[in-house]
Amino acid sequence: MIALLMRDLRLAMRAGGGFGLGLAFFLIVTVMVPLSVGPQAALLGSIAPGVLWLGALLACLLSLDRLLALDWEDGSLDLLATAPLPLEAAVSVKALAHWITTGLPLVLAAPVLGVLLNLPLPGFKWVMISLLLGTPALSVIGTFGAALTVGLKRGGLLMSLLVMPLYMPTLIFGAEVARRGAIGMDIQTPLLMLAGISAASIALLPFASAAVLRINLR
Amino acid sequence: MSIWEYANPKKFITTTERVMPALWVAAVVCIVGGLIWGFFFTGDEVRQGATVKIIYLHVPTAMLAINIWVMMLVTSLVWLVRRHHVSALAARAAAPIGMVMTLIALATGAIWGQPTWGTWWVWDPRLTSFLILFLFYLGYMALWEAIEDADTAADLTSFLCLVGSVFALLSRYAVNFWNQGLHQGASIMRVGAVIGTDTEEKVNNVYFYPLMLCILGFVLLFVALVFYRTGTEIRARRIKALLARERVMA
Repeated sequence: MIALLMRDLRLAMRAGGGFGLGLAFFLIVTVMVPLSVGPQAALLGSIAPGVLWLGALLACLLSLDRLLALDWEDGSLDLLATAPLPLEAAVSVKALAHWITTGLPLVLAAPVLGVLLNLPLPGFKWVMISLLLGTPALSVIGTFGAALTVGLKRGGLLMSLLVMPLYMPTLIFGAEVARRGAIGMDIQTPLLMLAGISAASIALLPFASAAVLRINLR
Repeated sequence: MSIWEYANPKKFITTTERVMPALWVAAVVCIVGGLIWGFFFTGDEVRQGATVKIIYLHVPTAMLAINIWVMMLVTSLVWLVRRHHVSALAARAAAPIGMVMTLIALATGAIWGQPTWGTWWVWDPRLTSFLILFLFYLGYMALWEAIEDADTAADLTSFLCLVGSVFALLSRYAVNFWNQGLHQGASIMRVGAVIGTDTEEKVNNVYFYPLMLCILGFVLLFVALVFYRTGTEIRARRIKALLARERVMA
């Protein structure tokens, strides 16, 4: 498992910008927002938590394409399926690698971009915490979407259509935590819901992803 | 005699074709009768005026939009557990109907909302979760279309339906939490409604009976449409099999 994780991480580091791509996309989205809604500081400050969450979600979505499709193309996915490692574990490790390469950098980059968007001071902590809790769910749900569409040529657009509705609860609770935190409201309920969604997704979705992957590899 | 007999495509087609004419007639009679009764023989509501009459379209379609997804969930499970092809095809046949019902419910809601709430659209929990449901239908149908091998498509869409149901339910409560809305609460499926008496929280009987007739009509229409479309799907698959055999023979 560790070998698989290290392999995926190395591949992401070395394969032409796979690692920084999500981050760069996150930056670009954040820069686009003031350009599109206008540079009023108060307005930006109030929409900053939502914008950061939407940017993180889109950056996550963008990198899902490479999660399984590359392994499918060169046949290493078949090897993984026949390896002694259960496919559920392999899928979980791949989701973990995806989170380390895209989710974690987003969490770390969010405060810097928060400055650009004039995020209120207490918001920094909650944006980071909500992203830290929410991005694992995004990775695991995304892995399910990637597993569904892995056998398709040009499945990327279809995958976005499938994954986006699944992302909605995570987005709602995550952005709500960040928004409430930024204006100093009580955040306990959405925070618990967000953590619950992440925990349940991590616990259950790898089984669905592995089952779907087996069907696709049949 | 068990319900699994109808998993045989031939048995399914012959039986449904025998009941379908009656279903069509009953559906049309109920819908036309309910709509005429509702539109012309009930008075206008005190506060809402004539706009209240949109419930005869809005309520049945909205109820079906949700319940069709539940039906797809059940048939998907049957397919995954017992591998009956008719079941998977029925789910496939139901999806576009569900999508159209969702669309009608959204459209009639918007048309009703404009004069009553003064806006076509608000980000209200019920409205928003219906929009999300619509997206789920779209994704489900797109996945069916995208995969060539029929059994693989049935398996994958079944899994999507399963996982999607959980997340659809979750979205329902997420949006509820995210924004408290304008839409009224449940006012039909209450104890008072089932036994047919007028109660405080229930729609008045004047509107209730034609509404029930409309709901019944729409459910019958849905059943007839599903039978019809499932039969079409079965035949389309047979044609494909015949063509494949012809190619092998030649």
